[in-house]
Amino acid sequence: MQRIVILGGGVGGTLTANLLAKRLRREIDAGAAEVLVIDSTGQHVYQPGFMYIAMGGEKAANLQRPERSLLDKRVNLLVGDVVAVDETRAEVRLADGMAIGYDQLVLATGSRIVPEAIPHFEQEAQHFYTAEASARLRIALDAFTGGRIVIGIAGMPYKCPPAPLEVAFLIEAELRERGLREGTTLDYCSPIGRAFTIESVSEMATPILEQKRIELHTFFNVEAIDPERKVVQSLEGEELPYDLLILVPPHKGQQFLMDSGLAPAPGGWLPTDRHTLLVGGRPNVYALGDATDLPLSKAGSTAHFEAPVVAERIAAAIQGRAPSGKHADYEGKVMCFFEVGDGKGTLLQFDYDHPPKPPKPNQLWHLGKIVFNKTYWHTVPKGRV
Amino acid sequence: MTDTAVTATRTVDARGSFCPGPLMELIRSIRESQVGDVIAVLSSDKGSKVDIPKWIEKAGHRLVTLETRDGFDEIIVEKLR
Repeated sequence: MQRIVILGGGVGGTLTANLLAKRLRREIDAGAAEVLVIDSTGQHVYQPGFMYIAMGGEKAANLQRPERSLLDKRVNLLVGDVVAVDETRAEVRLADGMAIGYDQLVLATGSRIVPEAIPHFEQEAQHFYTAEASARLRIALDAFTGGRIVIGIAGMPYKCPPAPLEVAFLIEAELRERGLREGTTLDYCSPIGRAFTIESVSEMATPILEQKRIELHTFFNVEAIDPERKVVQSLEGEELPYDLLILVPPHKGQQFLMDSGLAPAPGGWLPTDRHTLLVGGRPNVYALGDATDLPLSKAGSTAHFEAPVVAERIAAAIQGRAPSGKHADYEGKVMCFFEVGDGKGTLLQFDYDHPPKPPKPNQLWHLGKIVFNKTYWHTVPKGRV
Repeated sequence: MTDTAVTATRTVDARGSFCPGPLMELIRSIRESQVGDVIAVLSSDKGSKVDIPKWIEKAGHRLVTLETRDGFDEIIVEKLR
């Protein structure tokens, strides 16, 4: 019996499991293969919705469903904390001591935020990377009556690269609606030499920042927060005063992957082949989604387009054939919506060889994002789009 | 200003990494280094030879040399503060 163990019940893990259940239906029914998802909570969370708790009246309860309800009936689910991967024994170990052997291993373990890496972050800075933090940001915005808002990125890479720009645009629009814009300055801090990592997106976003009078500070790598003086300081020697500080927290890969020798410290990102998605040249260990070190957006969309490749390659290995068809290799496909405020959005679609050419922002792409968010549960995890 | 006599005290091999990977690797290395340390960054990303010198200037360090080698650029930086 071939056991495929998938660590993580997010977009990548869930979709990979469901696609494998379809491709290996006969093998699973005959007892020749098993697909097992191990997830620490048993709850599937739609993380792109967090931002809308702060910015769009979304409720945390709408962003979470039991993982079991999203999985094909042929997929087994185990709720537990994985603490180690023992490659010598080809098994994963759980916090309760249980060991589970694998023939094929899929690491869909995501990323984690580490706000504690920056002193005073948790007391001084708001963010939107958990449901709770996003609700706190909403409260802070409701209490805001004017002053200086600083929005920045306190570590790269981070989840959903357009999100801080989107938040800046949405806050600017909200402040105008509330009559607070004239009494507010907005600063946007980018760690690199432009507004966004991808040049074509930067070229689209920079004029919008200018038009909205959001001051762009490039090469601003957050180094420290001074809670007494209410200033955020950069490694480059700049400092900005704030009344409301909104920072993307630093992100890392999972600690147990570093401890198990699969991912290098300090980042903990898995060294992943850009086409096969194999980890570090191993023949039976795959990674997808945020967990990889690929030069792509850490976003659900990336995992969404990687999962069919992992599923095809594993199915092929089990069926004793070569991977084939359009999902034999991953070409870096990512597609995501990008809010610019005032009910408008655009679309970023790209791969390794084709940078995005975002269309002029309009209402259609904004509505597209809203519809996608609402229909996610019935489409992406089940492999319908 | 360039100075080929300076020897790097550490090397950041960011070849194969794409923008902004090499810059972020350099920043991490700068954070871990002492004033006076000299860091060599190896990058195959074409944007690095533009972005990294701009960052060095903004951050107040010194660009020692920038040389194009076989398929990659070697950028040597001295940490000044």
